[in-house]
Amino acid sequence: MADIRSPIPGTFYRRPSPEDAPYKSEGDAVAVGDVVGLVEVMKSFIEVKSEVVGKVKAFKVENEEPVSAGAVLVELED
Amino acid sequence: MTFKVLNTGLLTTIQDLGRPGYFHLGIPISGAMDRLSLRAANLLVGNDEGAAALETVFMGPQLEFEKDAMVAVTGAELPPRVDGEEKPTWTAFKVKAGQVLSFDYLREGARAYIAISGGITTDVYLGSRSTYAIGALGGYEGRALAVGDMVPFGDNGKVKEGRSLEASLRRMPGNPAELRVLPGLYWRLITEEAGRNFFDDEWKVAPEADRMGVRFRGGRPMTFQEREQPFGAGSDPSNIVDGCYSYGSIQVPGGTEPIVLHRDAVSGGGYFTLGAVISADMDLIGQLQPHTPTRFVKVDMEQALAARKERKAQLARIEEALKHQ
Repeated sequence: MADIRSPIPGTFYRRPSPEDAPYKSEGDAVAVGDVVGLVEVMKSFIEVKSEVVGKVKAFKVENEEPVSAGAVLVELED
Repeated sequence: MTFKVLNTGLLTTIQDLGRPGYFHLGIPISGAMDRLSLRAANLLVGNDEGAAALETVFMGPQLEFEKDAMVAVTGAELPPRVDGEEKPTWTAFKVKAGQVLSFDYLREGARAYIAISGGITTDVYLGSRSTYAIGALGGYEGRALAVGDMVPFGDNGKVKEGRSLEASLRRMPGNPAELRVLPGLYWRLITEEAGRNFFDDEWKVAPEADRMGVRFRGGRPMTFQEREQPFGAGSDPSNIVDGCYSYGSIQVPGGTEPIVLHRDAVSGGGYFTLGAVISADMDLIGQLQPHTPTRFVKVDMEQALAARKERKAQLARIEEALKHQ
């Protein structure tokens, strides 16, 4: 069991743009380097990438919610 | 000798106390957004208080040192690690040649200052090493650090490891943050009600806040006094005939979202400014995270000058504390 955390504080987005599908949904497989969301801060959008392999168990932060640095965004299961 | 940038973090720039004296030419003052923390970091490692150091925001860099150095990290609570081993903030610690300095997740604040004994020794431009990235001047080739940069630093072996500044000598914003404001020349352009609302409402730091300015939202929109817009001013009631902006001045485009101009701001423009955050509180703005609730507190000139004096006294207390370590 691993968590994917936000590297920075900002606003979390689950999709690349409002028209697109979410990067990942519950039950999806996650590979190393897969993008699971964006965090917006200082006019930049930072991709949050997984450093581990797993399957999405749950998103702990809703789309467009504020996050703090180190906050768990996604819970993974094996 | 140098340190090598293995990873940049989000935005890491070389900053000192800034480049005053050229604002009338449109070159901003730049320098650390939290100058007390920069000074403290430098003093901890035995540098002059205004030596060039690194300012890093929200997420630290990874740096590999080519020679031994003493390092101190102040400002935001961004725990440093040397080859993975956590080190205290606001404390001088040793990094040996070949070791890597990295950082844990940000715990509090926004900007950390990383001072290195001897100070960063890139070229001085117009009296300062501060990076003004938009103007491509100062710092490391006029830009934020990039992976692979070899950043030169000086030499000084004067201080002992473990010199530290206790919590009472540090300063961070509360929650809600309180920023003291001195109303200015254009205060008369808004209605009395708008003036009251500005100080009564709770605002929140917008995520797009950067070194130029910090935007706040969430308060009620402002209403303006009836007036015929003078020749040369735009048609929006928040427009004026172009005027000068000061460090700390608060513009409110369209009367909706106040923006406090900070170290890399433009020096003039056509929005009214309702006043300025007092100089003593500008450091606090550098430590605001996105979405932090913030109140503006009205002060007069006497209170602003007393606050400035208190900041000077705090710096003197820091210097005194380090004399005995």
